[in-house]
Amino acid sequence: MAHDVVLQIAGLQTHFFTFGGTRVLRAVDGVDFSLRAGETLGLVGESGSGKTTTCLSIVGLLPRAARIVGGRVVFEGEDLTKKSQRELRRIRGRRIAVILQDPMASLNPLFTIYRQVAEPAFFHQHLRGRRLRERVQGLLRAVRIPSPEWRMREYPHQMSGGMRQRIVGAIALSGGPRLVIADEPTTNLDVTIQAQYLDLLKDIQRETGVALIFVTHNLGIVAKMCDRVAVMYAGKIVEQAPVRELFDSPKHPYTRALLGSMPRLGSKEPLYSIRGQLPNLANLPAGCAFHPRCPDVMPRCMTEEPRDFRPGDGSVARCWLLDDVLTRS
Amino acid sequence: MSSPVLEVRALKKHFPVRGRLLGGPATWVKAVDGVDLAIGASETLGLIGESGCGKTTTSKLILRQETPTSGTISFEGRDIAGLEGRDLMAYRRSVQVVFQDPFSSLSPRMRVRDIVAEPLEIHTDLSPAAIDERVGHVLELVGLAPDVAPLFPHEFSGGQRQRIAIARALATDTRLIVLDEPVSALDVSVRAQIINQLEELQKKLGVSYLFIGHDLATVAHISHRIAVMYLGKIVETAESDALCTRPMHPYTQALFAAALPSHPDERAQTKPITGEIPSALSLPSGCRFHPRCPSAMPVCSQVEPTLRRRDSGEVACHLYE
Repeated sequence: MAHDVVLQIAGLQTHFFTFGGTRVLRAVDGVDFSLRAGETLGLVGESGSGKTTTCLSIVGLLPRAARIVGGRVVFEGEDLTKKSQRELRRIRGRRIAVILQDPMASLNPLFTIYRQVAEPAFFHQHLRGRRLRERVQGLLRAVRIPSPEWRMREYPHQMSGGMRQRIVGAIALSGGPRLVIADEPTTNLDVTIQAQYLDLLKDIQRETGVALIFVTHNLGIVAKMCDRVAVMYAGKIVEQAPVRELFDSPKHPYTRALLGSMPRLGSKEPLYSIRGQLPNLANLPAGCAFHPRCPDVMPRCMTEEPRDFRPGDGSVARCWLLDDVLTRS
Repeated sequence: MSSPVLEVRALKKHFPVRGRLLGGPATWVKAVDGVDLAIGASETLGLIGESGCGKTTTSKLILRQETPTSGTISFEGRDIAGLEGRDLMAYRRSVQVVFQDPFSSLSPRMRVRDIVAEPLEIHTDLSPAAIDERVGHVLELVGLAPDVAPLFPHEFSGGQRQRIAIARALATDTRLIVLDEPVSALDVSVRAQIINQLEELQKKLGVSYLFIGHDLATVAHISHRIAVMYLGKIVETAESDALCTRPMHPYTQALFAAALPSHPDERAQTKPITGEIPSALSLPSGCRFHPRCPSAMPVCSQVEPTLRRRDSGEVACHLYE
């Protein structure tokens, strides 16, 4: 069903131009994925893999040095890369909402909770007076803030960390979005509070049918939350698969390594550790960017960049190993 | 277990909080409120709990950065409270710390050699050449080439910096290292390297660890025994395997219920516990966990449970009395 595709990204390239354009960092270099209503995509990667730049490219909030140099971001049939900032402002907050890592940095300490949660509904849905107040109370109730009619008059500093993150969630939902991008929203939360928050997001998604992009480096969160996963490494998606396929039969050596390095409850086996360090984006290795750390490296990997392979179980992986497997079979 | 390297008995640390108006201390924050711990030679004790439960205060008391309100900490059989001068130096030489964030725990203006050599310069009278040799040796121990010594911290990635911090902690004849969330700030692919390295070093050198963390899977992986802390008290201690297979205290069970699955098929059917950690300023009466506890009984709000021996460990809960 093509019509319920909310977001489609094709060949997205976002580069940073520094030192007057003499140095180019390919932060995002050819990313493709699509997302349907009600679906959750996990965007997994380590620092510098380009997952946050991908998200900022979608909403047009890139820093000055960065520019989208290729590809399309089609949201509900419209290419966002062709929109002016003015048009994007009407989309952000209303149809696409973003939840960031640190709730204290997304909340204004000088305004009441009411004012901040009401803002998107005020501007985008033109609610006023009693209807606006009821909408805010409904949103706060939806994110499980106790006695919202009182708490909404308070300020962010009067809330606990978990409550602040839930309020950011209420703001994100205030404009009635079709897509929510959550960039590591639970890294600062305690485990029991994190579990509560993740369950809350799932409940809200079930009720509203919103599509969710979950940016994280934690595969446990992916296992809990996501329907599909895209694993990023050095600006590219190296593997994309339905969540079960990814955990049961990871295709790319990097995905396998990430899964192997995850400590599991009840196991004392030494963890699989990936040798080496993350590559420098300004000076990427030739061929496959993962080859210096790859346990299965072949001569071809050092010179030729792998293309996408589709082994047929719904997964896509960029690795020459699959070329052998597929041509031999 | 033979005689423990570190033994903590009935440790308390209460911080005064001033009231609204000027004047004497009005209330107390009971950050650590009666903690008992013991760490044996070449043993790793995991200390797990959520923010505000007092794990960092406990580590500061052990490092003698804070003075306890009451209770004792003994190291190799000696109470550390009265240590002064030479004896205190000897203690500081034997007990070292590695912090969470290697970007803020290493001085950007010092070379790796000087960072690692600093404890040696303070605690030993080795010649500069002997210090250089020792620095090279500990850098090799943590998996770094000795020729990185003249470089500055900014030239290293997070994982390598954490190795430098561990090398510094090992430079003197260290018996115990307090590891305060040493992998939380690192990238996932690098975390496993550091965890494996720590385990290897322990096998090689016989050093003990106090591993503080909030991620159950990581703490359970590296620790031999685990102590679970809630609002200034230990609620349960057990062998790491026993704790994973059969958590006793409802709070420990809640932590396991909230732990993230390692496979999508393990998505928990159970609902995580509700509510948040109460403020340490106004502790609940009776058992501190009772307002959030799914199995709370009337007695829980009146009588505070004490730690009692169960199987391989101890648990403080009325359910087991």
